[in-house]
Amino acid sequence: MTEQPIIRFENVTKQYDDDPPILDNVSFEMEKGKFYTLLGPSGCGKTTILRLISGLIEATSGKIYFKDKLINHVPANKRQVNTVFQDYALFPHLNVYENVAFGLRIRKMKNDEIDKKVREALRFVNLVGFENREIKEMSGGQRQRVAIARAIVNEPEVLLLDEPLSALDLKLRTEMQYELRELQQRLGITFVFVTHDQEEALAMSDEIFVINEGKIQQKGTPRDIYDEPINRFVANFIGESNIIKGKMIRDFLVEFDGKQFECVDQGFSPNEPVEVVIRPEDLEITTPDRGKLNVKVDTVLFRGVHYELCSYDENGNEWIIHSTKKAEIGAEIGLYFEPEAIHVMRFGETEEEFDARLESYDSYGDKDAD
Amino acid sequence: MIMPILLIVYYSFLDIHGNFTLANYQKFFTPVYLKMTLSSFWYALLITAVSLLVAYPTAFLLTRTKYKQLWLLLIILPSWINLLLKAYSFIGIFGTYGFANALLEVFGIGKKQILFTDFSFIFVSVYIFIPFMILPIFNALDKLNPSFIDASRDLGASGWTTFRRVIFPLTFDGVKSGCQVVFIPALSLFMLTRLIAGNRVITLGTAVEQHFLVTQDWGMGSTIAVFLIISMVIIMLLTGNKKRGGVG
Ligand SMILES: Nc1ncnc2c1ncn2[C@@H]1O[C@H](COP(=O)(O)OP(=O)(O)OP(=O)(O)O)[C@@H](O)[C@H]1O
Ligand SMILES: [Mg+2]
Repeated sequence: MTEQPIIRFENVTKQYDDDPPILDNVSFEMEKGKFYTLLGPSGCGKTTILRLISGLIEATSGKIYFKDKLINHVPANKRQVNTVFQDYALFPHLNVYENVAFGLRIRKMKNDEIDKKVREALRFVNLVGFENREIKEMSGGQRQRVAIARAIVNEPEVLLLDEPLSALDLKLRTEMQYELRELQQRLGITFVFVTHDQEEALAMSDEIFVINEGKIQQKGTPRDIYDEPINRFVANFIGESNIIKGKMIRDFLVEFDGKQFECVDQGFSPNEPVEVVIRPEDLEITTPDRGKLNVKVDTVLFRGVHYELCSYDENGNEWIIHSTKKAEIGAEIGLYFEPEAIHVMRFGETEEEFDARLESYDSYGDKDAD
Repeated sequence: MIMPILLIVYYSFLDIHGNFTLANYQKFFTPVYLKMTLSSFWYALLITAVSLLVAYPTAFLLTRTKYKQLWLLLIILPSWINLLLKAYSFIGIFGTYGFANALLEVFGIGKKQILFTDFSFIFVSVYIFIPFMILPIFNALDKLNPSFIDASRDLGASGWTTFRRVIFPLTFDGVKSGCQVVFIPALSLFMLTRLIAGNRVITLGTAVEQHFLVTQDWGMGSTIAVFLIISMVIIMLLTGNKKRGGVG
């Protein structure tokens, strides 16, 4: 990481009146040319972060840097950042062409140059031939592309996208996910994408920031966050998880459900109480005598690619299983899983502590995960 | 609704003795009446323009205040007071011994003839009509989706450019209906012209009143009224909403 970050938040807090803060002491860095996703439930502060970056609101405290320049008080119209708004906010009194040309006209660009750029931007988003359409004559997906064209035509260094896909149906949504990702790679600029859809975040991002209640819970690549969630919230929010209370006996040995299991986690105090995560797809169905755990099947759902089984062990813990194999309701089955499938989480661990712990045992080197 | 209009059209073809004639229309196209028409339009335009210039910023500020509905009510309230009452109170204020002149004296300017001037006429008319201008503009501004303003700022527009390119065009329908509800009654004002302008300003409205109540020439009065109605319809058609793209 020799390159300077393009955006840096330093202990940024945003508070309205005397209400509890909406963003609470948030710090992060974003690098040039990467696809970032802000992921979190409704009302957690995702849009607020975007508005702080674009300059539409000011931070209550803390510092915001753009390429090492403090921009706390730089107004929105002076920042090299453009936004695709949650509701697109396309101007209803202008047609598609004029919407896209808006930013260029403000910069007093020559007409023929504007024309060239607008047409290029529209080609970029596959909207050639729609120049003279009114906004209300465009479909949801087309509007979204107009909004993107209107933003990228200004050649911003950072593009902010606030849940641009949430209004689209599933098919178009998946299509646009590919298109956006490809667009980001072609443009080579930084994208900050907001969503509350975890699958979308996993599919598109270089890095995900998982946010809850005004705090960043965890930052990392989709793989990192999926495989090594820092706490119960992240584990639950990113994909389905089986989370169960346990005890870390010693390094590489964890106890839960009354049994001890080999695992790959370390750096805990002996007998420390922990939470254990096992992803539903990491559980394999076998016969009871070969299983590490035995459970009784309660419900079976067909989910297209796999079956989703809900089952209970003898202590009443629920286990969700994703499997291509089917099992009878009421059947006793065995569950098998690899030591790597177990992920152990410490209670109340901060992101820094978590990263430090992971790094400390990366350097042991020999006993590695994956 | 249509009956009185038909009646007026019928009367406009009668002379003072009740015989059928086209003379009224001939008379209307003489310089005296044409000048009157012109002056009516001129004053109505002036009143509308001044109202708009004051009303738009007022409405804009209103949408940004905390208790905007309350403020709006306070502004609308005076329009419920009888017009005559308001006119007479202004005579009090603007009269030779009124408050305005007292004020001028304090500033060492000395007494001035305020009542019966163009200024006082326009001032009082604007005062009376302005709530009707503020209301539709306020509604349009209030309905305006704030993310359009955000988008404009985001795309690099300053506050003023945002106003010119986004806010004003998107609230233009409100401006149009405001102008309509001010311009049309302003065209046919008559009481104020007499009370405040002291008959110095003679508009078509005054002329209609004159003919009906003083000279009893109902035919000529009706003819002028017909022209007033025609111009109002034309104005409505010109400024009418062609139901273009919705705002919001
Ligand atoms: N101007 C404001 N005044 C007071 N509270 C506000 C204001 N703007 C936002 N909030 C509050 O801030 C919190 C976070 O809002 P934000 O828009 O950032 O959420 P979000 O993560 O984008 O949610 P969503 O997914 O629903 O869009 C919400 O609880 C919201 O009510
Ligand atoms: Mg939001």
